[in-house]
Amino acid sequence: MSDTGNTNKVKIHDGDPKTTGHEWDGIMEFDNPMPRWWLWVFYATIVWGIGYTIAYPAWPLVSEATSGMLGWSSRAKVEAEIAAVETANAPINAELEALELAAIPNHPELEGYAVSAGSAVFKTWCAQCHGSGAAGAKGYPNLLDDDWLWGGTMEDIYTTVAYGIRNEDSDDARYSAMPAFGRDELLDKTQVSQVVNYVMSLSGTPKDATEVAEGAVVFEENCASCHGEDASGDIYQGAPNLKDAIWLYGGDYDTLYETVWNSRFGVMPNWDSRLSEAEIRAVSAYVHQLGGGE
Amino acid sequence: MAILDKHKILETNATLLLICSFLVVTIGGLVQITPLFYLENTIEEVEGMRPYTPLELAGRDIYIREGCYVCHSQMIRPMRDEVERYGHYSLAAESMYDHPFQWGSKRTGPDLARVGGRYSDEWHVDHLRDPQAVVPESVMPKYDFLERTRIDGEYIGDLMATNAIVGVPYTEEMIEQAQRDFRAQADPDSDYDGLLERYGEDSVNVRNFDGQPGVSEADALIAYLQMLGTLVDFSTFTPDASR
Repeated sequence: MSDTGNTNKVKIHDGDPKTTGHEWDGIMEFDNPMPRWWLWVFYATIVWGIGYTIAYPAWPLVSEATSGMLGWSSRAKVEAEIAAVETANAPINAELEALELAAIPNHPELEGYAVSAGSAVFKTWCAQCHGSGAAGAKGYPNLLDDDWLWGGTMEDIYTTVAYGIRNEDSDDARYSAMPAFGRDELLDKTQVSQVVNYVMSLSGTPKDATEVAEGAVVFEENCASCHGEDASGDIYQGAPNLKDAIWLYGGDYDTLYETVWNSRFGVMPNWDSRLSEAEIRAVSAYVHQLGGGE
Repeated sequence: MAILDKHKILETNATLLLICSFLVVTIGGLVQITPLFYLENTIEEVEGMRPYTPLELAGRDIYIREGCYVCHSQMIRPMRDEVERYGHYSLAAESMYDHPFQWGSKRTGPDLARVGGRYSDEWHVDHLRDPQAVVPESVMPKYDFLERTRIDGEYIGDLMATNAIVGVPYTEEMIEQAQRDFRAQADPDSDYDGLLERYGEDSVNVRNFDGQPGVSEADALIAYLQMLGTLVDFSTFTPDASR
């Protein structure tokens, strides 16, 4: 605690600053003032901080916090930003909404806008099921080809996007249900196997060619009313074409057996509650021009 | 200066310094936190909020158990890009029955605050089983064990009673009927009128979420995901801009 025995005392020269007055094992400390620039910046931040709390929402009072002289709020800001974009796009969106859907491709400039806007909508809302390139996945239709379950005209696509398929939220959703032929005991195992072989024979090679003839009879009695006598499908009830070798769930024996046994019930949400009219039209135009639009 | 001389008393007395430090932190904390409990412009009442159904609450527990919050937030911030992508920005009241809330802090995956109704149940089953099957660029792990794990909701009433202690308005009846409601929500062929009566006709989804008989963890998780962010009807409710 003291400097007893210390012989290396530092010399203090004339003109050195004062020391703090402490000494510890012979170590002393100059009492230098803080740099002026640093001190002034420090004072400035205090002044700025007070000004900031006056300008922006800050101090809690009895029932509310001060709202600030500038009246800024994060909610008002985001609303203004969205409104600004909507105002900027309002004329072209109005044009898009006024035009008949089928006529959109006849207006190149408008179609260009619709396709790029629709591409953004697609990547945000549709890509998770139909893929970022719209090629679909097992159970989620490929939108690039010209095989359509519910029709591929601009109006058909619009209806599908706006109201969805087999969902519970929209009264206008497209709806159809294939019976679970095996599970509900409408057909026995042999009959299901026969009809599966028949369906396979329409676009390729059946697993067991001897069952095809019986399968044709089963098909005519149970399947033709929806899929058509010639199995070419029916877009009015979303019944797939079964002879084009394009499969939603798979065209191998096991998958088809599963499809006939348990049926399939693909659901698409309705988007009219999440997207604006212009956005639905834009994404319809985007899907329509991908390759398969009719 | 005199006050700086007094400061020496604190600096040379560790116990006193500790006590005074705690005092300063306490006052600072109270000033920041207390107003949030009484200020009118931080408490916003919205229509449509209801407590989670037993099945959804179980799904929420699975969500927490699997650490979904580590990669998924449930908090849409009031910024244009987020509102355009995820939907209306989140309101504090939408987390009012969350103990603890699942706002999260990092988005490796997308925000889930309004994921309800956005995809079909089948998509959720496919996606939980093998995320890359539907979203090839995804880095999410597989949760295929959820659909294979049966649950019976044996303790769900206890969980609801615990939530009731911290202020979730579960009634005695809800807690008594918990296990029944738990099973009914995943079985559209059951008698689920009581469930709808207790929790709301329009806001409860009664479906066989995973498409398999019985109740699996996937049923519970999908039931939870499918109601996220769907309770407040923003076509009739406009939040006050000043809040």
